Amino acid sequence: MSALTATREGARTGRGRRPPRGEGRRWLGSDRRHNLTGWAFLLPAALLIVLVSFVPMIQALVLSLQTGRGTRLSWADPLWYNYERLLGDEIFRQTLVNTFIYLVIQVPIMLGLALVLANLLNNPRLRFKAFWRTAIFLPCAVSLVAYSLVFRTMFATDGFVNDVLAVFGAAPVNWLGEPDTARFVLILGLLWRWTGFNMIFFLAGLQNIDRSTIEAARMDGANAWQTFWRVTVPQLRPIILLTAIMSTNGTLQLFDESWALTRGGPAYASMSMSHYLYEVSFQRNPNFGYGAALAYVIFILVAVLAFIQLRVGDKRD
Amino acid sequence: MTSVIRRLRHVPGYLFLGIFAIFSLFPLYYMAVSATNTSRDVLGSRLLPGGELFANFAKLFQAQDVLRALGTSAAIAIGTTVLALLICSIAGYGFEVYHSKGKDVLMGVLLLAIMIPFAATMIPLFQVFAKLGMVNSLFAVIIPAISTPLLIMLFRQSSRAFPSEILEAARVDGLNELSIFARIYVPTMRATFAAAGVITFMTAWNNYLWPRVILIKNEVQTMPMLIVNLSAGYVTDYGVLMLAVLLASLPTVIVFLVLQRSFAEGITGAIK
Repeated sequence: MSALTATREGARTGRGRRPPRGEGRRWLGSDRRHNLTGWAFLLPAALLIVLVSFVPMIQALVLSLQTGRGTRLSWADPLWYNYERLLGDEIFRQTLVNTFIYLVIQVPIMLGLALVLANLLNNPRLRFKAFWRTAIFLPCAVSLVAYSLVFRTMFATDGFVNDVLAVFGAAPVNWLGEPDTARFVLILGLLWRWTGFNMIFFLAGLQNIDRSTIEAARMDGANAWQTFWRVTVPQLRPIILLTAIMSTNGTLQLFDESWALTRGGPAYASMSMSHYLYEVSFQRNPNFGYGAALAYVIFILVAVLAFIQLRVGDKRD
Repeated sequence: MTSVIRRLRHVPGYLFLGIFAIFSLFPLYYMAVSATNTSRDVLGSRLLPGGELFANFAKLFQAQDVLRALGTSAAIAIGTTVLALLICSIAGYGFEVYHSKGKDVLMGVLLLAIMIPFAATMIPLFQVFAKLGMVNSLFAVIIPAISTPLLIMLFRQSSRAFPSEILEAARVDGLNELSIFARIYVPTMRATFAAAGVITFMTAWNNYLWPRVILIKNEVQTMPMLIVNLSAGYVTDYGVLMLAVLLASLPTVIVFLVLQRSFAEGITGAIK
């Protein structure tokens, strides 16, 4: 309630008045003027977010209740027709399963690796620290489709990885042609691209931890492993939560790798939900209504998983 | 003896870092080296620099208008970064320095936008921009990317470290609120601006899905779009492809390497 009034008041005052400029505006109390200046400062950003996120979200809901090709849309009968159709859509089910495979396998491995790497880098006696940090973060500077194409080339049937296998006398693998190996290559790519990104967050978190807590634990006879789990990790909890939510969010929205690395294939075996959404909405027979329904399912999954993570992560023990 | 054992204790750590660093750097090395080799040599797993760099350049420029794509990507990335830094920094500053309950509530609402997948807003956004006649316009690529809750959060969190005494002193000196922001806040928060700038530039340069949806005309394409088109042909020349991938990656890699120290500082400042 107060949220609504506050926002509305902010919008009204912000539109009506510029940030006060010294003289001539004395009739406004200084506290109130101070407050209005604040609202004016955050108005452009807030307005933009409303216009490019919240409003389209509502429009998507309306769209998801409509059917038709291209721009000729009419209300669906029954209204929830698109959602009903999703339940019986085999391809959608496949992409949902794929996305959850990526989520359940890749995110925990990545966060674990990032945590261990950050902990190693945080050791004050480590040498070549700048080199390690740069090397491990560098993949994050490369665009998703760019690295996807590099991985696609390396894992081609006549590519580098099979040549290495041949050296060891192993038979070549059709990496991108089999469902399991295609998913494996995609997961490997995600680990390559995002581990360093999460490591930077953990590293920042570790640097804000008071080192004396760690030293005190060591003095009390705890070994490195115990110190890590009992002292360091609990203090990093807010950041672990942040990275977990960001990674979950990113995985559910996965598009570029599915598009450029595996092209969703073989058949639909490695396709992500967002890739399928793109196919439904913009390729072959564009169906915006069906695409919007699919988008809402992704949104609900993101929201539910974030909610669960917040509940689990915020619990104090 | 004990010192040897103590040193040996660090071996697993270095080994782990070493293996991971090789894992991280190898694909980048492979990309750079392959750009100088023929397609045959790339598939033959030649890992040494070759002499085909200029030949690959010639073939690439013949197949695609690379300069135009680089220009398009640069315009989008720079435009997005400048506008995003401006709008999000002043908002983050507003939230923290003019703190009030109502603003906290608004921040909470705006943070919900993080959970909205881009895929969900993509179709209505496309319809709106189509109605405005902005399909193929670079503004249509930039506008949805300039205000993000995460960036506002980054500035808001970092503003906590901004000393309020400076603020009071500046007010006493008669500076108005906007010039306090521009002349005092911006220069002191350089590390935060660097971190936010690096993140925004990289995201904007590397973004693929939205430009692909809204830029329909063949001539208007970004570097990520160009390399995907290059790989989609019937016969892929892998040397040429890797050169294009390298060109698409260099700007963001350079921006990161140049600003990396302030980048790390800025992230650390925000996570306190």
